[in-house]
Amino acid sequence: MDRQPATDTPAPGTLAHRRMPRWAPAGLALASAALGSGLGLAAGWHSKVQWGLLAAIFFVLGTYAITTAVEGKRQAKDRIATSIVWVCFALAVVPLASLTWTTVARGVKVLDGYFLSHSMAGLNQMVPGGGIYHAIIGTLEQVAFATLMAVPVGLLTAIYLVEYGKGRLAKAVTFFVDVMTGIPSIVAGLFILSTWVLTFGMGPSGFAGSLALTILMMPIVVRSTEEMLKLVPNELREASLALGVPKWRTILKVVLPTAIGGITTGVMLAVARIAGETAPVMLLVLGSSFINNDPFSDEQASLPLYVYQEYMLGTPYSYDRAWGAALTLIMFVMILNLVARAIARWKAPKTGR
Amino acid sequence: MKLQRKNRRGMRALTVGAVAVSGALLLTACGSDDNTQQGAQEGTQQAGNIKCGGKGKLLASGSSAQKNAMDLWIKNYMAACPDVQINYNPVGSGGGITQFNQGTTAFAGSDSALKDDEVAASKKICKSGQGINLPMVGGPVAISYNLSGVDDLVLDAPTIAKIFDSKIKKWDDPAIKKLNPNAELPSTDIQAFHRSDESGTTQNLGKYLGTAAPEDWKYEDEKSWPAKGGQSASGSSGLAAQVKQVEGSIGYFELSYATGSQLDTVKIDTGASEPVEATAENASKAIAAAKVIGQGKDLALELDYATKAEGAYPIILVTYEIACDKGNKPETLDAMKSFLTYTASEDGQKILPDAGYAPLPAEIATKVREAVPSLS
Amino acid sequence: MNTTPTVPAPPAEPAGPPPSAKGTATRPGDKIFLGLSRGSGILLLTLMAAIAAFLTYRAYIAISENEANFLTSFEWNPQGEPVEFGIAILVYGTIVSSIIAMVIAVPIAVGIALFVSHYAPRRLAAPLAYVIDLLAAVPSIVYGLWGALVLVPYLGGMNKWLDQYLGWTYIFDKTGTGPARNLFTVGILLAVMILPVITNVTREVFLQSPKMHEEAALALGATRWEVIRMSVLPFGRSGIISASMLGLGRALGETMAVATVLSPSFLFSGHLLDPGGGTFAQNIAAKFNEADEFGRDALIASGLVLFVMTLLVNGAARLIIARRKEYSGANA
Repeated sequence: MDRQPATDTPAPGTLAHRRMPRWAPAGLALASAALGSGLGLAAGWHSKVQWGLLAAIFFVLGTYAITTAVEGKRQAKDRIATSIVWVCFALAVVPLASLTWTTVARGVKVLDGYFLSHSMAGLNQMVPGGGIYHAIIGTLEQVAFATLMAVPVGLLTAIYLVEYGKGRLAKAVTFFVDVMTGIPSIVAGLFILSTWVLTFGMGPSGFAGSLALTILMMPIVVRSTEEMLKLVPNELREASLALGVPKWRTILKVVLPTAIGGITTGVMLAVARIAGETAPVMLLVLGSSFINNDPFSDEQASLPLYVYQEYMLGTPYSYDRAWGAALTLIMFVMILNLVARAIARWKAPKTGR
Repeated sequence: MKLQRKNRRGMRALTVGAVAVSGALLLTACGSDDNTQQGAQEGTQQAGNIKCGGKGKLLASGSSAQKNAMDLWIKNYMAACPDVQINYNPVGSGGGITQFNQGTTAFAGSDSALKDDEVAASKKICKSGQGINLPMVGGPVAISYNLSGVDDLVLDAPTIAKIFDSKIKKWDDPAIKKLNPNAELPSTDIQAFHRSDESGTTQNLGKYLGTAAPEDWKYEDEKSWPAKGGQSASGSSGLAAQVKQVEGSIGYFELSYATGSQLDTVKIDTGASEPVEATAENASKAIAAAKVIGQGKDLALELDYATKAEGAYPIILVTYEIACDKGNKPETLDAMKSFLTYTASEDGQKILPDAGYAPLPAEIATKVREAVPSLS
Repeated sequence: MNTTPTVPAPPAEPAGPPPSAKGTATRPGDKIFLGLSRGSGILLLTLMAAIAAFLTYRAYIAISENEANFLTSFEWNPQGEPVEFGIAILVYGTIVSSIIAMVIAVPIAVGIALFVSHYAPRRLAAPLAYVIDLLAAVPSIVYGLWGALVLVPYLGGMNKWLDQYLGWTYIFDKTGTGPARNLFTVGILLAVMILPVITNVTREVFLQSPKMHEEAALALGATRWEVIRMSVLPFGRSGIISASMLGLGRALGETMAVATVLSPSFLFSGHLLDPGGGTFAQNIAAKFNEADEFGRDALIASGLVLFVMTLLVNGAARLIIARRKEYSGANA
């Protein structure tokens, strides 16, 4: 075996190429990280972003050069793809980790019992203290009403699509439900604004916000419910129908209960999604610093809107409150997600992969 | 069999949901609007004599320039009159007038008097009357900057105009040096910040620059920022936050935001013997020269921006409360009258300087105190 | 957006609706139930139509008073004299920030999707997918808060660097000063936000690429990269495209993250690093408070354009998905 770098035709009599040791990628990663930050330090760049970018470039180039020398072109391409994929992953992790870390680190500073149980009544941006109780109430009520309106419509539409739907109507509904999932939240807000507020002359209220959230929630519920209903084995339906049970009772008593776990999951995820919507709430509910338990009249606060408004106030105290509320919001959404996924896993059919 | 099991699990899932909902309902029972315990740490002013009246919610919205004064008044008023809940939403003067004219709010806060078409629009809401301007609080618009090593800066109107018009771009520009012979000005870029939303503060600054430096500021005094260049931010607080964060920046907002964020303010060379500092007291001197130009109960003011009087700070702003002279909403009338009586009273006015605002001059305050009780 | 569960792949063909037994539909219960469910479907269609109709109606009120060209004017002054407002700046800002977001996010998302589906150690892959799913559920206002208070200060140095070395490209020439509250930063933030969305859909497509092809390629001595290039990527191409378009749809309509980060203005600048510009959604959020009824109508007119844009993008994405029966884009 000669010492020439392996070409596409391996040396006769051996299948094995020269391989780099297993620790090579890790070593290269370390080396390029060191090189990147070293250069960054030397050049005196403030932003660590460049250090990272530079390190990433070194890593990719270094891998390519070394592997070409040692293992050959094809292997080098493979290595480079591997390293690019790893770099992608690292690139994505950095901002997302930073987001999570900052929110938690800055949020816990103010998050306590007082913060959760008091409103912002009588406080301004110049003083610390206050809380998000009014915002929590607002969000819960707005989301609850949106759920009450969106879930029945969403469920029934999904049932129509799966159990009855055929022909043009079903196709149109499917398509537009798909498209509807992509409506920007602010457009939903504008629609309710143009009808409820501008045309019917209603004032701001939590319920107006719920209406906009309903528009955002319905398509999500339809899509997830549809998927779940499709998973229900046809034999169950046929068995029930064969016993003479009317179709509607079959759906209510056999199909829905079988899929209820998945449907619950879908609904909870939809709730988590709309609980974080700010734009329609900003247009329709306007926000308040007082507790307003009545969603049908007057301004109400809401968690995401509270985050935005405290951010806009721009003092250290209001930033603290904004982070505290953001952390609360994230925890709320994450808990909903985790519970929903737990239900999904627990109810998942044992077949499949 | 299998089906039944799933069924039961489904019910369990529903139960979980039900528990969550009832938990949420329980939550509505606790929690409170009472922040006095915490607010007490930050100067609770002697509330003074407050005559309560009315009950329920009093909605108002408008200028963010008077928000900090409003916050103080509302805190004191609500401490004395727990039956009334006042919600002042600082959406900006334009938004405040819009909401008032739509009948959503009982009164509006505005940095500028109603325009003719706005008065016309208000007649729909004020069934038998029209919207009137009641001056309630004045104050200096501070020119604030963030420049380490320089804690004393003097500027005059032409220089300010050139800075905000991106004509002067460095801190060590000869024009600035001439006014500050002793300061060590760095050779860094000036980052000017202005309001991205419509604002009476912008308008008042524009009026000042247009009056005191007509050569260098040829824009009309609009509510939206007319010049090019610089960066923008929304609201006085957003502007103050940016100036606070960015080294080498300059911006304009009510004094209370500058003191709140511990920012240095520019002294203005008005042509008087000494440069004038932005303080509530100095602003009062300039506001004292204001003339009432409103008719009847309307107390719209005309300010003198070109003042050269000793110690009079020329960049001033008077903000109004806008209500109907007749035909206010009956359900909030009493509460509104009681609240505005308090804000215009001596007790209400004397707490203003601590927050960076200027009390109304005695003559105008007297007229406001006569006007408020006559609202109907 | 992508918060629905990673539904376990349907066992073989989904069961689908049973052949409808014509005889049963005559029972009154069935009639009512059918009516209800069909009614809901129709309600949804009506709702879409109503959204289009009302937005168009209010937009018509505004545009008919407009004295400037709605599509080409650089002004936004619906309450001024004369009434002038146009969306040129908004179109530019929306498209540019979305393009930046796509250019950054799509390759990285494909990379992560490959990482999770083909590269990551088995034990890591499942939790990773889970975490990415969760990240898609983080509310946009939190991204906005993070973007304004963490990302903007951080990118200041990078902006200087870009200006210094790439300033000759014109687009990276920074003529203004101050913090990085510009369209470029908005693009980066949007990229971070849509990354999980695109990754999720792409990963699911990659997971469904035919195992036989991959194994055959491996058996022929292909490297892992060659397997991916020859088998996985061609299979997933339409999946990648539709996932990207879903991400694009989200980037176009994002409100809060842009509103917190950008220093808005209605002045045109081709330099990405200069502050200024605006997007449809951001402009609506920023101008809403001071708008009177007519001003709101003008904002609604701009919202209508945004609505149509997202409709087209999403519709296209769905059509691409629909052409591939194997993969239903239901989870997006």
